[in-house]
Amino acid sequence: MKEKIRVLIAKVGLDGHDRGAKVVASALRDAGFEVVYSGLHQTPEAVVRTAIQEDVDVIGISILSGAHMTVFPEVLKLMKEKGLDNVLLTGGGIIPEDDAQKLYEMGVGKLFGPGTPLKEIIEYIKEEVKKRKK
Amino acid sequence: MNEEIKKDSCRQDFYAFFESKKETLLEDLEERIKRLSQKNSKFPGSIIPPEKPYYTPEDIKNLDYEKDLGKPGKPPFTRGVYETMYRGKLWTMRMFSGFGTAKETNERFKFLLEHGQTGLSIAFDMPTLMGYDSDHPRARGEVGKEGVAVCTLSNMETLFKDIPLDKVSTSMTINPTAFILLAFYVAVAEKQGVPLYKLRGTIQNDILKEYIAQKEFIFPPEPSIKIIIDTVEFCSKYIPKWHPISISGYHIREAGATAVQELAFTLMDGFTYVKYAIERGLNVDDFAPQLSFFFNSHMNFFEEIAKFRAARRIWARWMKEKFGAKKEESMRLKFHTQTAGCSLTAQQPENNIIRTTIEALAAILGGTQSLHTNSMDEAYALPTEKAAKIALRTQQIIAYETDIPDVIDPLAGSYFIEYLTNKMEEEAEKIFKKIEEMGGMVEAIKKGWPQREISRSAYEFQKAVEEKRYIVVGVNEFVEDEETKIEILKIPPEIEEEQIREVKEFKQNRDNIVVKNRLEELRRAAERNENLMPYTIEAVKAHVTLGEIIEELKKVYGTWQEPPNLY
Repeated sequence: MKEKIRVLIAKVGLDGHDRGAKVVASALRDAGFEVVYSGLHQTPEAVVRTAIQEDVDVIGISILSGAHMTVFPEVLKLMKEKGLDNVLLTGGGIIPEDDAQKLYEMGVGKLFGPGTPLKEIIEYIKEEVKKRKK
Repeated sequence: MNEEIKKDSCRQDFYAFFESKKETLLEDLEERIKRLSQKNSKFPGSIIPPEKPYYTPEDIKNLDYEKDLGKPGKPPFTRGVYETMYRGKLWTMRMFSGFGTAKETNERFKFLLEHGQTGLSIAFDMPTLMGYDSDHPRARGEVGKEGVAVCTLSNMETLFKDIPLDKVSTSMTINPTAFILLAFYVAVAEKQGVPLYKLRGTIQNDILKEYIAQKEFIFPPEPSIKIIIDTVEFCSKYIPKWHPISISGYHIREAGATAVQELAFTLMDGFTYVKYAIERGLNVDDFAPQLSFFFNSHMNFFEEIAKFRAARRIWARWMKEKFGAKKEESMRLKFHTQTAGCSLTAQQPENNIIRTTIEALAAILGGTQSLHTNSMDEAYALPTEKAAKIALRTQQIIAYETDIPDVIDPLAGSYFIEYLTNKMEEEAEKIFKKIEEMGGMVEAIKKGWPQREISRSAYEFQKAVEEKRYIVVGVNEFVEDEETKIEILKIPPEIEEEQIREVKEFKQNRDNIVVKNRLEELRRAAERNENLMPYTIEAVKAHVTLGEIIEELKKVYGTWQEPPNLY
């Protein structure tokens, strides 16, 4: 088993607001994770491809443009097609609670809004990855 | 000591004691004041020295009133760009809005115009901002979401249906595709029979801050700047009342920059455009008066006020001394302000009204020309009508119920404010020097330097919050368990379908041979390095779409990938 948890942090779609994605990426790195930062303007296909290449345990997507109800289901579908069943799909941004609930029901993990303590994200990922490795 | 006290022997004893111990007592007092003023919450990245409890004439002993401040409306404009400021005319309460289809936005505009508003402000959706037509696969899920979709001349005609363009001023928040939106606007004006010299408005058109912060870019920096200078040249000749660039620090700050980084990067961006325009052969006094700025107003109240004052002084000095501006108008830094979206919290959202009020106050005391106040629910989604109304009322209360606008630059002469204004200028000059050593802003951007500096500040801000070195009420202190439910505005998905259908129809009902020819002429003009504005206008009149223009120009200019810049 790999020693460190591997996380892909990605910005999907046309939105370039990357403050949140980069702060979370830096915090995960400082917490001892292996972090791959995709850079901007990724397509769902590119994200899933990178996730496979980099053999990550977690995909974290940041969206502030309101396109979350298109992007998350698309990434989830591609993940299933490629057999990434043990990979956690999580993320954050400006995502209303009832949308987050709908996405959760589809199989997306917890989505974090503004003001979330970084510790909470770190703990959540550790726990979820542990569950999935059992 | 008065007679009364002298008679009082007890007090006499006290004064005798006081006189003998005066030195040590006063020293203790100094120490106590210092200790007491060190509260455990410090704004991250602030340049205010934390150990200094108060300021004295000593802190501004080199301040020269005439040279550094002067009268309002006179260089270096530290005290304000106009002689009368808010006594003559209040700041413009300009609220940014727009979502859904062009038709809905047009109805909203007409409603606003009927109610006396004369300035229109348009937010576009992500595909329009990034150069994709609504029917492009990469636009899926984003059409009409964060603003209105405008990728055809027909969309623009719908947007301004029954609105005479010589009677309104239009502000468009648009960057890499700004030249195309300006071309659409010109084409609509021609159809309405409105001569170009009567058009008034602004396109944001500030690509440098896109590479630095907001990250909406298409082409590499040099061709992007070339296109911007095309619009500056075109406007200075044909649309003299148009503001071709709104040089923006707002997004730089939102991305995590400190106040001084916002100030320095923004002004350096401005100087870069001026330099390129002069290199094109334009006379600085012909275009500089049309440049305007856009700043953020955050929670560190006095530092923000000092930032606005320093910005005016630096711009005036550089325009005169480095770029040889002769007209005072070229040295005036006029700016729009928006309160800091990033200071709003999702927790206890009503508190955001108070935050916005404090930030609005800083902008007004800093002498802003126009102001957008954020709504309390913007940490969740686009504002609801009620929240937007409270935000506007906040400005009206400051404007009409208080004495705040009555005296120009009322904080001038405060030892603290003048010290801080000087310090802002000094710190900004240090950053200018670093950028110049790197070979200018474009080179610095290619190295990823400003991007990394901002990432670092953003991360440090977040760490300060996590470690409670900076208290954010409701977030890391005074936290409440109860979740506040607030109403959220959502965009119905049908809007996307409707717009896609319209664009497809538009492309079916045009002369595709003419479209092909216009695109080829545009590409050739780009290859010959000619001004692209006339060709873009001809193209949109022939029903070439926004996405097609961008795709064609990518063949000449390529696209931009950012250098790695994770801090």
